[in-house]
Amino acid sequence: MAIIAPYDFDEHVELATFVDDQPAFALVDGTVRFPTYNQQVFEANVGLLCAERSQDYASLVTGGEDGRVMRVGLQGVEQVAEQERKWIDVVSCGPNNAVGFAAGRTVWVATKDMVRQFDHQRAVEGIAFAPKGMRIACSRYNGVSIHWVASQAAPVDLHWDGAHTGVVYSPDGRYIVTSMAENALHGWRLDNVKSAEGAHMRMTGYPAKPKSLSWSPKGKWLASSGAQAAICWPFAGKQGPMGKEPKELGTRADAIVTQVACHPVEDVVAVGYNDGMVMAVKIEDAAEALLRRPGKSAISSLCWDRRGDRLVFGSEAGEAGLITVSE
Amino acid sequence: MSDKTPVTVLTGYLGSGKTTLLNRILSDEHGKKYAVIVNEFGEIGIDNDLIVESDEEIYEMNNGCVCCTVRGDLVRVVQGLLKRKGRFDGILVETTGLADPAPVAQTFFMDDDVRAKAQLDTVVALVDAKHFPLRLKDAPEAEDQVAFADVVILNKTDLVNEAELVKLRATIRKINPHAVIHTAQRSNISLDQVLDRGSFDLDRILEDDPHFLDVHNHDHPDHQCDPDCDHHGGNGNGGGGDGGDGEAHAHGDHHHHDHDCGPDCDHEDHKLDSNTHDVTVKSISLRAGEMNHQKFFPWINKLTQIDGPDILRLKGIVAFEGDDDRFVVQGVHMIVEGDHQRPWHADEKRETRIVFIGRNLDREKIERSFQACVAA
Repeated sequence: MAIIAPYDFDEHVELATFVDDQPAFALVDGTVRFPTYNQQVFEANVGLLCAERSQDYASLVTGGEDGRVMRVGLQGVEQVAEQERKWIDVVSCGPNNAVGFAAGRTVWVATKDMVRQFDHQRAVEGIAFAPKGMRIACSRYNGVSIHWVASQAAPVDLHWDGAHTGVVYSPDGRYIVTSMAENALHGWRLDNVKSAEGAHMRMTGYPAKPKSLSWSPKGKWLASSGAQAAICWPFAGKQGPMGKEPKELGTRADAIVTQVACHPVEDVVAVGYNDGMVMAVKIEDAAEALLRRPGKSAISSLCWDRRGDRLVFGSEAGEAGLITVSE
Repeated sequence: MSDKTPVTVLTGYLGSGKTTLLNRILSDEHGKKYAVIVNEFGEIGIDNDLIVESDEEIYEMNNGCVCCTVRGDLVRVVQGLLKRKGRFDGILVETTGLADPAPVAQTFFMDDDVRAKAQLDTVVALVDAKHFPLRLKDAPEAEDQVAFADVVILNKTDLVNEAELVKLRATIRKINPHAVIHTAQRSNISLDQVLDRGSFDLDRILEDDPHFLDVHNHDHPDHQCDPDCDHHGGNGNGGGGDGGDGEAHAHGDHHHHDHDCGPDCDHEDHKLDSNTHDVTVKSISLRAGEMNHQKFFPWINKLTQIDGPDILRLKGIVAFEGDDDRFVVQGVHMIVEGDHQRPWHADEKRETRIVFIGRNLDREKIERSFQACVAA
């Protein structure tokens, strides 16, 4: 059984998440809304471009057309950084409230006591902190650059031709996986990047761009959007997914998956589609449970709460909701 | 019309007047809101939240073929701009002076996310009248920009005399027979000549292109209608182009001050400015009767697959045997799209015409293979 509390914001939902257990929605008009917490609305940016929840679930961080990086919690908004007249294209949250953000070809990392700058030859479209937060991976055209956050040591460059738009570290830090503009994922085994063949993992076959990536607990599976089903690649073995078939979950003939979110405890994936439908699917047997019927537009963000009892979603047309799942 | 946001691409070599034009578009009272994507805020004198600075990022999508390059930064910025509904009436993209316009144009065809929300409207090239002859000698980019354009604005005409202007027009025509040419000083062009033209819109394509539809260019090479001649009652006056067919050239008040070379003109002995020797882009105009569709589609697909890198633009109207509707095609390098446009009018000659603009094109081969598609 699933119970939905619907919200209608009339603006593209960039991020739907939980902050201190309260549903939180960051909209592209620059507002962050907490509909269950005094219906609180904060103005974070003049035009919001990106947002991510902090790792401790206590705040979310936004980046905007106004060049500002803002942290928003239940109590209000504070500025993390500002780059005048730049669009903040991407933000990423690391351990200890570190924030990585990029505008064009420059990446900055803001920690409690410093802001560091990392320049690149090409625009950076994705940032991911390594699990311990010592390093950041920046995806860009033709690969990924991995920097040490606290030292000036030269970055490690992982090369693969093409436009890498997003990037994630596996929870154990052994893999880096990027989403590519040309409808594929590309991965590297970090323990083996020196060897030419061993390092690369090419995951293809998507009819659309696989923009949404989510790791199952302990990194056993990597779920991805961009096909008629959520494509789940097995990462449990030593070789990662190479030579193995991915699982296809929640297959529909007439829709494309736009968002995936792995359950925090169980091997279950929440799947959002381009027609607004949301399902929960078990990875093991692909058993499906409908959580939300199709709506007006594509699901643009999807997130479980920390225990996995509740799920929030948002869509491109601004429909959103809180889904409470019970057995 | 679709509900997609129209995108105008503004090209032009350094010093051609792009910034002046952008400043006008941003400050004029035209009642519309345009977002402007620039490479540098630089000279833009207006602080305006509708201006976005973006570094040109050329992405090769598949093995580095020129036909598969897009502007990665535009993919990101355009999507960002269009997440908010009804925010803009249109988007303008300013390219750098040295830019190849193809990746910008291809972005709007190759990227699914962009294509879902935005539509390429027109490619505009600004040309510095004084320096264009020199640019043809030292900057292939300047020639490419003209070859690629739907609208050419011959700017700074106050710096050249009448004779030079005539030669310039002829040179531009030689590079690009189907662009609409306007003259301007300090970029003082009426904005409706630049914005919302629908040059890539298959419903509107070629409808106001007098040269394309004028079948007499070869018969009267010295009697060309000037592209910005007003004799079809201004643009968008409903089928201005259609009247180009037949002997509709009887415009008593027409000033024949500009003796243009016709779009198909290939007269090697033409007394054009010596600059013309620097023109490396050629156009090939094809004309025939009704086509066999089973031959035509494989032909155009194969041709654009093989010669795509050399084809900058193509546009055409096709008459198919047994088909009451006009079929229109347009293309950029390997990208070709086509659709039925409207029924042929009763007084219209059912004729197929296609123009290719490009480099190293084998005229004889293209002509021969084209003629082989004619319905038996």
